[in-house]
Amino acid sequence: MGRITLDKVTKKFGDVEVIPPLDLTIEDGEFVVFVGPSGCGKSTLLRLIAGLEDVSGGEIRIDGKPATDLPPAKRGLAMVFQSYALYPHMSVRKNIAFPMKMAGMPEDEQKRRIDNAARALNLTDYLDRRPGQLSGGQRQRVAIGRAIVREPAAFLFDEPLSNLDAALRVGMRMEISELHKKLDTTMIYVTHDQVEAMTMADKIVVLRAGNIEQVGSPLELYRNPRNTFVAGFIGSPKMNLIDGAEAKKHSAETIGVRPEHIDVSPSEGTWKGRIGVAEHLGSDTFFHVHDTGLAETITIRAGGEVGLHHGDTVFLTPQADKLHRFDGQGLRIA
Amino acid sequence: MATQHSRSAARIMISPAVVLLLAWMIVPLALTIYFSLLRYNLLMPGTERFVGLLNYKLFFNNPAFFTALINTLLLVGGVLIITVVGGILLAILLDQPIWGQGIVRILVIAPFFVMPTVSALVWKNMFMNPVSGLFAEFSKAVGLAPFDFLSQAPLASIIGIVSWQWLPFATLILLTAIQSLDSEQMEAAEMDGASALSRFWYITLPHLSRAITVVILIQTIFLLSVFAEILVTTNGGPGNASTNLTYLVYARSLLNFDVGGGSAGGVVAIILANIVAIFLMRMIGKNLDA
Amino acid sequence: MARAVSTRRKIGFTIAAWAVGLAIFFPILWTILTSFKTEAEAISSPPSFLFFDWTLENYTTVQERSNYFRHFWNSVVISLGSTVLGLIIAIPAAWSMAFVPGKRTKDVLMWMLSTKMLPPVGVLIPIYLIFRDVGLLDTKTGLVIVLTLINLPIIVWMLYTYFKEIPGEILEAARMDGATLRDEIIHVLTPMAVPGIASTLLLNVILAWNEAFWTLNLTAAKAAPLTAFIASYSSPEGLFYAKLSAASTMAIAPILILGWFSQKQLVRGLTFGAVK
Repeated sequence: MGRITLDKVTKKFGDVEVIPPLDLTIEDGEFVVFVGPSGCGKSTLLRLIAGLEDVSGGEIRIDGKPATDLPPAKRGLAMVFQSYALYPHMSVRKNIAFPMKMAGMPEDEQKRRIDNAARALNLTDYLDRRPGQLSGGQRQRVAIGRAIVREPAAFLFDEPLSNLDAALRVGMRMEISELHKKLDTTMIYVTHDQVEAMTMADKIVVLRAGNIEQVGSPLELYRNPRNTFVAGFIGSPKMNLIDGAEAKKHSAETIGVRPEHIDVSPSEGTWKGRIGVAEHLGSDTFFHVHDTGLAETITIRAGGEVGLHHGDTVFLTPQADKLHRFDGQGLRIA
Repeated sequence: MATQHSRSAARIMISPAVVLLLAWMIVPLALTIYFSLLRYNLLMPGTERFVGLLNYKLFFNNPAFFTALINTLLLVGGVLIITVVGGILLAILLDQPIWGQGIVRILVIAPFFVMPTVSALVWKNMFMNPVSGLFAEFSKAVGLAPFDFLSQAPLASIIGIVSWQWLPFATLILLTAIQSLDSEQMEAAEMDGASALSRFWYITLPHLSRAITVVILIQTIFLLSVFAEILVTTNGGPGNASTNLTYLVYARSLLNFDVGGGSAGGVVAIILANIVAIFLMRMIGKNLDA
Repeated sequence: MARAVSTRRKIGFTIAAWAVGLAIFFPILWTILTSFKTEAEAISSPPSFLFFDWTLENYTTVQERSNYFRHFWNSVVISLGSTVLGLIIAIPAAWSMAFVPGKRTKDVLMWMLSTKMLPPVGVLIPIYLIFRDVGLLDTKTGLVIVLTLINLPIIVWMLYTYFKEIPGEILEAARMDGATLRDEIIHVLTPMAVPGIASTLLLNVILAWNEAFWTLNLTAAKAAPLTAFIASYSSPEGLFYAKLSAASTMAIAPILILGWFSQKQLVRGLTFGAVK
């Protein structure tokens, strides 16, 4: 099926090593998200798995079989690109049929699969249109349809939602998640958006400069970030990181506390500060608190209708059991 | 950004083009250089022998060479000035709101598609002919003596004909460039109180600089090799008054059958063109990155 | 741009632009008009502009006396032949450079362009002698070869700039979908690049049609295309204005029409994509 193993895989562009030796196993049926800031090597890693780039060293195995030297077409993987990469001169039907035509599949089988995919993706009425006549979300579905019909060992998604507007993105996110539940096929998904990672993944791989910083389930990463980078990257709004004297009190170089783990009060608490910007979202309120003497800004998340405003003096109390401690290298202290 | 496989495929697919062009460049070039060192006349076959740089010496000592060199420079320079200045003015005019802009554009661009032999013949006979050309008719109508363009001012006449052919090219490219100028930039300058003239000077002209350079350099390649216009109108004459380097080499080798001397001239022409080419390549190379 | 332009200004500019446009176009217009005159009327003084007895006899005379259609056919074969041959060689090369660029791609492109700058007169003699020795002088084949080679750099460059605009992801998608290199070029790249390939074809047909150095020097009677055919009117037939005009009109009409269709691509092609 779709178990993918990377064994000491490296990639160099000229003299620049973008991926230092990297080991990773993706289990069959798993939804794995590669997440990290731009330039962290996540797309390169995906392209190595796809076979669109050669590895500089190490080995890739798909279902236990060596795939390192196989061309992309022979790896049995399907990919959905950021730009959708639909063939503009072909109708939706022909786009979806293309991989099957290349594989020399019988016409009636092609037709059956196209019809199934179109029904599943709500594309039945659009089969004879060109990609240029479709909306962004529909194009996205065509790209997914083209991937589904091949019944691949695994799906690769390269930032597939980054060209959609915010509302559509939420919808497509759910569609892809549902698709995964239904097909139960391995999916590897690359994104720089930690919200997508948190909401969709079975397993998140956090990457920085080609290195794996941490691998784990979304909640593991949220609860026990291995270092300050993962701590700052996972969770929104970002975790507050405080160093200096306050950290020393907890015998750490840096302490971290998430905005939702700080209690706020107008009268008493551990830290004192003044509210700068207050963002009222209705359900929640984010306060950016200054002049605490701890960090430039401490962000806190409070309930929707707290009667505090810009310029008010407030007192903050971190929840002791939700405090993260990090050492001089930024690594978590257990 | 590709795999070993696609890289080797790429190498195979590019090779026919590279091999052919390499052959096209090296073989004739080597032969030209070789011939230029020989005494080689087609009328006296079998008398070829090595003479070193004698052909070059004869070529440089021939007064026709300097005339041709100066004519080449005048021709290139004259046409460039006329087409660039005229092209800028025309492009600005055509960029204004006018009725029938598309049709005017078509009228202006037309001469570029006229083959050189046709334009040379039409100008020579129907316009510049001192007896029955249109210009002569016009002179007569206003009471002046007709002017024999091609014998009195042969080079200037050829510059005129060639400019007519290339003005459309310059206009079209400069017009395209002007139309790509961001109108908000113009409006901002207007808000800042810049007059029409200073808007032209400080915004339009700098914006056009790249297009102007491209026009100059590309026209130069073609203008260095102007041939048909001279062959058809003046045959380089009277005397050498309208002979450029290209025509001189042609006359030497194919009219006088002096292959050695002609080849030496060819080598000189190549060196001259290379001096121009170096600037051109730099320019286009920069645009590749942009 | 939503601003009312005063009508008076617009009228002024319109008159100026049309005056200049007509002046530039006038020699062509005059040639076309003269081709419909009798020889006597063509040199009448003062010249008549529109009010003359229109006749087609010049066209029939030109065809009968100098077999216009044979030269026309030569031009068609030479310009189309060299362009199609050039495209066949250039499409794979442009694919390589646009989609698998290496460290030296830019140098190769530059070098190709530099061969275009070799002045033809510098290599005229060896080519002439080689052609004479292998029997290619005054043949269509010979001219197709030469024009293919001199226009190849432009064809490669134009295709390259068009291919560059096709997102590489689409070709990668084809590769993921199991397409071989051949499938990729035939089923995906070429259909997507049809507009670019068509304009390259158009521009190169125009350039080859009007090429007047090699066509004049390498042909005599047999393979002469229209450029050389017209040059033979240099003298003394050139003084028969009406016939000269008819021959000229027939020589430029096809390409003038093609050219008007390809104005936009022309800019791009001739400036190697530097001006769009």
